[in-house]
Amino acid sequence: MTAEEIRNLLVEQFGEDRITGANLEAIDPWVEVAPEAIVDVCRFLKSDERTQFDHLNNLCGVDYFEPDEKKQKKFGHEPHVEVVYHLQSYSLKHRITVKVVLPRWKDDKDGDLPEVPTVSGVWKIADWHEREAYDLVGINFVGHPNLVRILCAEDWVGHPLRKDYEFPLEYHGIRGK
Amino acid sequence: MSVTVEDPRIIEFDVRTDEMLVNMGPQHPSTHGVLRLLLRTDGEIIHEVTPHLGYLHRCAEKIGENLSPVQWIPYTDRMDYLAAMNMNLGMALAVEKLCGIEVPEKAMVLRVLISELNRIASHLVGMGAYGLDLGTFSPFLYAFREREIILDLFEEVCGARLTYSYLTVGGATHDLPNSIPIPPGLASLTGRPQDEQVSWMDAVKMFLNWLEPRIKEYHTLLTRNHIFIKRTAGLGIMDREMAIDYGCTGPVLRGSGVDWDLRRDGDPIYTRMYEGYTFEVPVAPFKDAPREAVLGDNWCRFYVRMMEVVQAISLVRQAIDKYPTAKGEYRVPFKMSTKLPKDEVYLETECPRGAMGFYFVGNDAAEPLRARAKSSCFCNLSPTAPLCEGFLLADIPAVVGSLDIVMGEIDR
Amino acid sequence: MSLVLANSPILDLFGDGAAPLEGWPWLIVALLHTILIGLFFGIPAGVFIWAERKVSGRIQDRLGPTRVGGRFGWLQSAADGAKLIQKEDLVPKDADSLLFRAAPYLVVVASFGAFMFLPFGDGWSAVSTDVGLFLMFAMLSLEVIGVILAGYCSGSKWALFGAMREAAQMISYEIPMAICGLVPVLVVGSLNLNEIVHYQSGGWSGGLPPFLNWNIFHPIAAPAFVLYFVCATASCKRAPFDLAEAESELVAGFLTEYSGMRWSFFFLAEYASMFAVSAIAAILFLGGWDDGIGIVSGLKSSDSAVMQFLGSAVGAVVLIAKASKLVFVQIWVRWTLPRLRIDQVMTTCLKYLIPMSCALFLAAAIYPLALNQGTGRTDLRPSAIGDRVPTRPSADSHAASASTAPASTEVAAAHGEVAQ
Repeated sequence: MTAEEIRNLLVEQFGEDRITGANLEAIDPWVEVAPEAIVDVCRFLKSDERTQFDHLNNLCGVDYFEPDEKKQKKFGHEPHVEVVYHLQSYSLKHRITVKVVLPRWKDDKDGDLPEVPTVSGVWKIADWHEREAYDLVGINFVGHPNLVRILCAEDWVGHPLRKDYEFPLEYHGIRGK
Repeated sequence: MSVTVEDPRIIEFDVRTDEMLVNMGPQHPSTHGVLRLLLRTDGEIIHEVTPHLGYLHRCAEKIGENLSPVQWIPYTDRMDYLAAMNMNLGMALAVEKLCGIEVPEKAMVLRVLISELNRIASHLVGMGAYGLDLGTFSPFLYAFREREIILDLFEEVCGARLTYSYLTVGGATHDLPNSIPIPPGLASLTGRPQDEQVSWMDAVKMFLNWLEPRIKEYHTLLTRNHIFIKRTAGLGIMDREMAIDYGCTGPVLRGSGVDWDLRRDGDPIYTRMYEGYTFEVPVAPFKDAPREAVLGDNWCRFYVRMMEVVQAISLVRQAIDKYPTAKGEYRVPFKMSTKLPKDEVYLETECPRGAMGFYFVGNDAAEPLRARAKSSCFCNLSPTAPLCEGFLLADIPAVVGSLDIVMGEIDR
Repeated sequence: MSLVLANSPILDLFGDGAAPLEGWPWLIVALLHTILIGLFFGIPAGVFIWAERKVSGRIQDRLGPTRVGGRFGWLQSAADGAKLIQKEDLVPKDADSLLFRAAPYLVVVASFGAFMFLPFGDGWSAVSTDVGLFLMFAMLSLEVIGVILAGYCSGSKWALFGAMREAAQMISYEIPMAICGLVPVLVVGSLNLNEIVHYQSGGWSGGLPPFLNWNIFHPIAAPAFVLYFVCATASCKRAPFDLAEAESELVAGFLTEYSGMRWSFFFLAEYASMFAVSAIAAILFLGGWDDGIGIVSGLKSSDSAVMQFLGSAVGAVVLIAKASKLVFVQIWVRWTLPRLRIDQVMTTCLKYLIPMSCALFLAAAIYPLALNQGTGRTDLRPSAIGDRVPTRPSADSHAASASTAPASTEVAAAHGEVAQ
């Protein structure tokens, strides 16, 4: 299936209000899904005979933000966080990218992580990928069975892949700079 | 282990065994670097395995967001340091796809040659290290003897032995050398004089001719060894669904019977490189497997790697034949300050350990907005816990070793 | 048990060999024996450690030690020893300090003790008893206590795992090992190691070489040799049975917390026991100090004391050569095979080796009787000595055992009558 067909299928299945957008001209075409619908959409994409996306290639978070005020004009994106799901089907050999757009902070309150339902019940590998995204980008995957840091130390502060992340100057007596 | 008298359970059971929490790693001989497995064991039987990662975490993705892609290439070397050329290639292809760069034919042949040669080196280490995990030391040194020659050849190509940064955006940094002093290891193995000058291509051919019969010896020493089969076959069984569910790729996936190789089924920008080459994709189950072997067990994963070495040898030979007549230059120029278009790209390539994915988000700047490296070993390691539970302590190295992980890539 | 220093040339220097020694001559003799055993314990162990490195190097297509001591790095073991002595003697905080320190000595003493009963040449053993084989097995099996102690007192979970594996493995493997050791005992009819070799030695008879007399050419003892060697490898914790110190699983097993000299004691004891079990194998199955072409027995049958001494000396060289060959095989196997898993090790022992060894034991008991029914002999081997059922060793056993064929054929004939 082409990306357009998949988009149309999803819109038909879930409606415009849950399939909030798409970019079919991109190099890797993507479909944007509302956060609350992501689990249903993923489950549908995995189990439907026409799509059969049985493999989650990649799941990661992207922080769209420019901390430098001078460069913010040229930045060209509204500050937000995206969760990107790259899907692929072994049997039908097609791919699609699914995106969920989230605010940088939940209810715009600094430090409150944005929330998105977990898809670890759909693909097992999402468990670790979501832990990594939580650890590095700072996204709260609601319903995740074990949402703890995976790469950084357990007592690490902050989420390094946030654009406004500040490197700690000291960690357990080790100087950072 | 310690039991206090206050422990109420003592009253219930006169004789009872305690569960023991054991830290396997990060300093442990068989955890392939700094993997830490927290084991809950009852004697030798494993009840629970909790992998803890991140002891080698450098946050290469954050570094990538502050560097232009060409500058980030050396960091990809340090991910899977056993197959640095393949890492370079995966990253370079992703950037080329993002920027729409067409690579000349000669560069493509060169890339196939180099990356397949690195695949041989990587699988040799995988094989040797797996022998080490199972308690036999000699195959490891045989593997290193062979790999040494590949490293010598790479040293002549790019000056580095481990972290090459050779394949770069647009092609490669240099052309292949013509005449080189024969690698000392190759000279002594083939009985040639040490100070001989040979052409690089001849040296590769000599090495492959020497290596090919050795594969049979490894099969005798490991693959067909009775103890080896007893230790690997029928253990750590991952069926097709489980392998897909856990996002396993590469030899692990093919060992579970999924016929998928990105060199054949991947993105066009990648499969284009392999057009005109004949190669097979070894997929379990194998006809010549011992009867103890089950689809998706340790033995199958190991055997897939061994068969891939044979295929890689054939691919390198084909690339050597093509190289003299290949058209174009070994690269197209790519400036460090080239702005990445406002788009995003995700590309996976078939690295020795699985599908290594690079995800770039460009934003009209030389530095990407997001540089993501999806590690194949990270996914391949994720089923460790279900695979090891209920088995014996000695099976943990056997299972983890068969997944063939490199912590540098997992932790990034 | 009173200390019996029989059949010893050293003893002959101090007494007539018949009456037990007392007082200072006894002390001197005991001291001399201790020093000699110490040399035979330490030097082969050091040589085998060097050989292990050299052989493994060659197997793995590398050189092994080349520098220390000029050619072949033959002083490597000494250099290692010198280094290990200088290392810090660490005792972990959680370890039981006293037992942790004592464990290596226990292992060394057990291994050393086994050498007391080992006849290097004809009669060249420190303690010559009628139950030499039994005592030697008993001494060697004491080693496991030291290993368990080491693992249990280290305060480390890996060491504990190693100790538990060791306990399970060593104790299981001693059963088939001892039963296989009993097969040649049944063939020969004596537990006296000296006697067992005497039974296998002899001169040329009917154009057939004397080595056909060795127990390895006995149809029941030959498979017992193979089984014994497997068990002996396992009881020395050698690959593929090196579960107790499996480095890819247990870091270093019971050795994890040891360093320096204490660690090297374990190492020394391991190689010494390798030599001890190989020497037992050589004595039980490969004719001991008998060279197989009649040189030693020829020298021994001479009247001259010098020639007899020379015979024993050549015998000692022959025995050490045979045992070294077997040690080499152990080294060779170690660098070739992967390690078994603990359950597989136990299965091999309990399900295969013990029934097989029991069957061989039974066969060894039935074989002479069945053979006697058919041929009137108890052993098919060519030499007349082969048919001999040895007498109970008495005070003049030294003379009797060295005696020639006619005396023994009479006994065999008598035995045959009884059997009929």
